[in-house]
Amino acid sequence: MGRIQLENVTKSFGNVEVIPPLNLTIEDGEFAVFVGPSGCGKSTLLRLIAGLEDVTSGTISIDGTEATQVPPAKRGLAMVFQSYALYPHMSVRKNIAFPMKMAGIDEAEQNKRIEAAAKALNLTDYLDRKPGQLSGGQRQRVAIGRAIVREPAAFLFDEPLSNLDAALRVGMRLEISELHERLETTMIYVTHDQVEAMTMADKIVVLRAGVIEQVGSPLELYNSPCNTFVAGFIGSPKMNLIEGPEAAKYNAQTIGVRPEHLEVSAESGDWSGRVSVSEHLGSDTFLHVHDTGLADSITVRTDGNVSFKHGDRVFMTPRADVIHRFDAQGLRIE
Amino acid sequence: MARAVTQQRKIINTTAAWAVGLLIFFPILWTILTSFKTEAQAIADPPVFLAFDWTLENYGVVMERSNYGRFLWNSIIIAGGSTILGIIIAVPAAWSMAFVPSKRTKDILLWMLSTKMLPAVGVLYPIYLLFIKLGLLDTKIGLMIVLMLINLPIIVWMLYTYFKEIPGEILEAARMDGATLREEVIHILTPMAIPGIASTLLLNVILAWNEAFWTLNLTAAKAAPLTAFIASYSSPEGLFYAKLSAASTMAIAPILILGWFSQKQLVSGLTFGAVK
Repeated sequence: MGRIQLENVTKSFGNVEVIPPLNLTIEDGEFAVFVGPSGCGKSTLLRLIAGLEDVTSGTISIDGTEATQVPPAKRGLAMVFQSYALYPHMSVRKNIAFPMKMAGIDEAEQNKRIEAAAKALNLTDYLDRKPGQLSGGQRQRVAIGRAIVREPAAFLFDEPLSNLDAALRVGMRLEISELHERLETTMIYVTHDQVEAMTMADKIVVLRAGVIEQVGSPLELYNSPCNTFVAGFIGSPKMNLIEGPEAAKYNAQTIGVRPEHLEVSAESGDWSGRVSVSEHLGSDTFLHVHDTGLADSITVRTDGNVSFKHGDRVFMTPRADVIHRFDAQGLRIE
Repeated sequence: MARAVTQQRKIINTTAAWAVGLLIFFPILWTILTSFKTEAQAIADPPVFLAFDWTLENYGVVMERSNYGRFLWNSIIIAGGSTILGIIIAVPAAWSMAFVPSKRTKDILLWMLSTKMLPAVGVLYPIYLLFIKLGLLDTKIGLMIVLMLINLPIIVWMLYTYFKEIPGEILEAARMDGATLREEVIHILTPMAIPGIASTLLLNVILAWNEAFWTLNLTAAKAAPLTAFIASYSSPEGLFYAKLSAASTMAIAPILILGWFSQKQLVSGLTFGAVK
């Protein structure tokens, strides 16, 4: 069981309030992702839940039990760090055994769990190596193994994939998702990468300057962002945000159009501009269009086989049913 | 071409390093050589380098006249004791500074170091009076305390630098894994800091062993270490360079041997964190 509830939690470092009063509930078994630009307080929030930082005020409860003053060791949570934080002087086996040793689990049971974790994480052949002899991906697996064997109430991940190269990151992303499916344990995952958030989360918590901007499932956030910040942050490539007379036509201060919701044509359309860069990904092509008179640059996601080149004139028409409208405060207009 | 230049540079660097090394070592070498000369040869002009009648006579006289064993024993106890005492105090201090720093930590570190800039003689009088009052004059425990205090800033600084290199996340991971503060220290921090603690110990033993100002001023007979043993062969009794050299050689030999066998540890310790 791992239902985590934060009530009016605040955190200040000296006179600087990094997290103003915040309320959040993460349900048992949920995969929650905290996402936001760097410095938004997402890691601090995770560390408050872990108990590595003390809250300034408010309460944190785990499974209905108040845990605000409980030291990290006693909260029953396991954490995977960005730097892996393996114990360099211990073998992989000893690293994985460490939390069980601290919990006083007998050796036979320890070995059973180590073998099981090693098998699940493809580490069986590396149990007697030191962390220094492993690759980044293997180290990350050891860190996950060390977290699994404790059978924690919840897993906390602090940007666990940001030290891995792109290919490995995609693989590990899948592995962590599979792990969640298999264990059905609550996971809280911090990242600045909205792709990780979109692909892994049951629930995304978008943070900015310590404030929760929006909480919802990936598609909720994608389809109905509550403000321009979330609109711009979730989705890749970014949503096009357009202000001025064009937005006024839709009775809004700002309108948002996702790159895939623009029809392109060489002959006619509502908007026109000149292709600055065209990025061919094979499956898709991203056109960055300048000189539109709407915004500095409009991004269009189109078919992989279009042949627009730098300097070509292009016409774009937004799909009217999926235009997002925002008011002067940047809030969504339904 | 580039290769030739590198090779040439290497030869120049090696030669220069040897030259500097020999220059630094020369006084010690000369002392050792002089200890094997007769008194007449020791003051001969021009000085003789190797072509003299080698003799062990000086060592015999020194051993006969003084109780070398007692001085040696005092040195071991004082240097060892002050070091252990220092480490016991410095580990928790360096620990808290490295892992739970406050706003004033940097100031405290600098302030501690600044005490090393004070001329020792400036506090001789108050410390001497204190020693008389406390009955610590000419006692080993008194010297242990004074030498510990003198070297404490260096010990704290060295340990602090070592501990700083240990990533905080590893200690946090241990905390998350259920380790108490004590377990975190025993199972994680200490094993990771052992090379650092070892070279700190070593350096401090050497510093304490060689310390002359306080050991000479605060001892008379009972607690006198090897520095006093050397001093007893200097000036008032006339020029006995050969015997003085023999006494010096005997005094520095133990620490020289210790230093020789631990030089790798010592060098890695002193340059720790300098290159990464």
